[in-house]
Amino acid sequence: MNKTWIIIKREYSSRVRKKTFIISTLLTPLLFALVIGVVIFITVKGIRNEKIAVIDPTGILKSKLTASKAVTYEFRSDVDTGNFASKGFSAMLLAPNTGINTTSNFKVITQKSMSRAANSRIEKDVSMALENNIIADSLKIDPQKIEDLKKQAGLTTIETLKKDELGSDKKASFNVASVIGYLTAFLIYITLFVYGVMVMRGVMEEKTNRIAEVMVSSVKPFQLMMGKIIGIGAVGLTQFLLWIVLLFGISTIMMAFIPAEVMQQVQQQGGDIPGASAQTSDAMRTMASAGFNLSTVNWPVVIGSFIFYFIGGYLFYASLFAAVGSAVNEDSADAQSLSLPITMPIIIAIFIMMNAINDPTSSLAVWSSIIPFFSPIVMMARIPFGVPDTVAYWELGASMLLLVAGFLGTTWLSAKIYRTGILMYGKKPTWKEMAKWLRR
Amino acid sequence: MPLLELRNLKKFYATQKAVDDISFGVEQGSIFGLLGPNGAGKTTLLRMITGILHPDAGEIIFEGKHFDALKDVERIGYMPEERGLYKKMKIGEQALYLAQLKGLSKEAAMTLIKEWFVKLEMQSWWNKKVEDLSKGMSQKLQFVTTVLHNPKLIILDEPFSGLDPVNSNIIKEEIYDLAKKGATVIFSTHRMEQVEEICDHIVLVNKGQKILDGTVKNIKQDFKKNLFRVGFDAAPIESDNEHFDIVEKRSDDSLIVKLKEGEKPNRLLQYYLQQNAGIVSFNEILPSLNEIFIELVEGTPTARQFQKLTA
Repeated sequence: MNKTWIIIKREYSSRVRKKTFIISTLLTPLLFALVIGVVIFITVKGIRNEKIAVIDPTGILKSKLTASKAVTYEFRSDVDTGNFASKGFSAMLLAPNTGINTTSNFKVITQKSMSRAANSRIEKDVSMALENNIIADSLKIDPQKIEDLKKQAGLTTIETLKKDELGSDKKASFNVASVIGYLTAFLIYITLFVYGVMVMRGVMEEKTNRIAEVMVSSVKPFQLMMGKIIGIGAVGLTQFLLWIVLLFGISTIMMAFIPAEVMQQVQQQGGDIPGASAQTSDAMRTMASAGFNLSTVNWPVVIGSFIFYFIGGYLFYASLFAAVGSAVNEDSADAQSLSLPITMPIIIAIFIMMNAINDPTSSLAVWSSIIPFFSPIVMMARIPFGVPDTVAYWELGASMLLLVAGFLGTTWLSAKIYRTGILMYGKKPTWKEMAKWLRR
Repeated sequence: MPLLELRNLKKFYATQKAVDDISFGVEQGSIFGLLGPNGAGKTTLLRMITGILHPDAGEIIFEGKHFDALKDVERIGYMPEERGLYKKMKIGEQALYLAQLKGLSKEAAMTLIKEWFVKLEMQSWWNKKVEDLSKGMSQKLQFVTTVLHNPKLIILDEPFSGLDPVNSNIIKEEIYDLAKKGATVIFSTHRMEQVEEICDHIVLVNKGQKILDGTVKNIKQDFKKNLFRVGFDAAPIESDNEHFDIVEKRSDDSLIVKLKEGEKPNRLLQYYLQQNAGIVSFNEILPSLNEIFIELVEGTPTARQFQKLTA
């Protein structure tokens, strides 16, 4: 039997049988589901209805505050700071009595502090009402008319269509593509880090346990290195497959339990989630609507290239991590400083990727999706936007070819450092010394 | 025909000549001692013989053919000085794994492992992990994994370090046994008393060069200083004569004497017989390997100085 195969089997089975592997594989999807569940729960339940008593002695609001899910208003004159709580109001809004042109000096008096969402809601409602009233007052028109006109203008939507999709039913959703690109690129980013570091630790373990010398008296250092890289890569693939299966299972179960109107609520109220930035709520809304648009994505291409860039990117970086692991000893600080030149491009790639999501055809996105140091992450972010209209065939071809050439190159380079480094004990080598190992 | 022959082997590192033109042969079935002080180049030499390092110059002949690391490593068992096992792996699986990497099939490996585990009373260890073993126990395991695949050539670097006398003896017996069955053992150490006891043939290296090569008996003869010890029944007469010099007078009524150049031991006995002295014992004092080792190595710096090499 081939010796590399024996090594792959050991590297694989010794990791897959570990408790930490089993636990992290099972818990991660559960945690993921839990987070989504909590977000939904907070969105739906977290928005309490606040009843506000409005004291408006001069009538500048003209009873025009629009109630929403979060806040309802009642114009009262029989309420004061002493009794609003006992009358069932959570707060009291005091309008100034200095005339309509005063837009400051509104006061909200509460018993307990209200949520940020309710506070900002009140502010918005008041300024809306004032805006309408001031305009109506100075132009002498009906406030209702202004309201209607505004509503009409607010209905404007812009539909983004690609040239060849004109007239067809197929609507490519820019948002869906960016979510898929973001997710897949991020998955590859995590893979490179987690499993790359796992390779590095494995090599370091062999070196510090002094098993390396025993091993290389039976097998070639190259076989040992490749066995480890492939074995750990298989562990990664296994974990991802299990995650996909588990996530699919959990989400099916979750969808069955969450009523449709709750999902709708989540969609509508994304913007009101306390603490949620505009971007995340956008993403949430897109996710919620993604269900309708998933069919517009070219799945075979996306999945195929995901597998390619997953494996290619892993092989490209894992051998570099193996080389670093062979060069250092127990000292994890050494490992960190030596692996910095490897982790830097991965981190840079994630920044380029975020840029590429917003502008997938910019020259930065195009060129960095061809350079093998960044391509696994950046190209993966671009592909969901469509091949060949966003990513030209030549770009994809060049990127794939260069990645294959790249990992052959890094493997060759790393093997040279590895075979010398793995038998070197003592202090951490300098870059100059490592360069010398390459020439041997 | 020697099993292993090294011809003008050289290996230079950036700052030193680790192995500088060393040649010797190792006979089939012999127990061969490779000696030298720390940093003499022993490990580099062994790593070349095990195919881990490639010599810069020279040739290794294994079983009459040019040494081919890829094929021949399966017929070599190497236990390096820096012992190493996977700490988290179970003993049985570990032995099986290492045996499979030496080219054994799973079934053959299992049979051999069981045999050895019974022989060395390790059966109960199978499901233990290496990290649960004491140093001596893991040493035993390391030895088993080294010789499991019935190698033609067994290379042991300091095999007894960390072993108690009982286990040391067990391993020693196994080494004799393996040699008797036809395996050749190369034994690297700086524990001279073990070498004297076990080895047939030794090579001493220092500063990357061979400085001694021969059988233990011949080497002792070569380095003897014509010293004899004569025991008397009463305090002996000390007198100068043309045959020998008295080196030391011992408190147990014996003398250490050194024969002069060209004199035979019989002359010494004759001399005392003529004097009517009562001789109760007479024996030659041969130098121990330890003394020879120290004599040869002393004076050279124990740790090698780093030097710049221009070549």
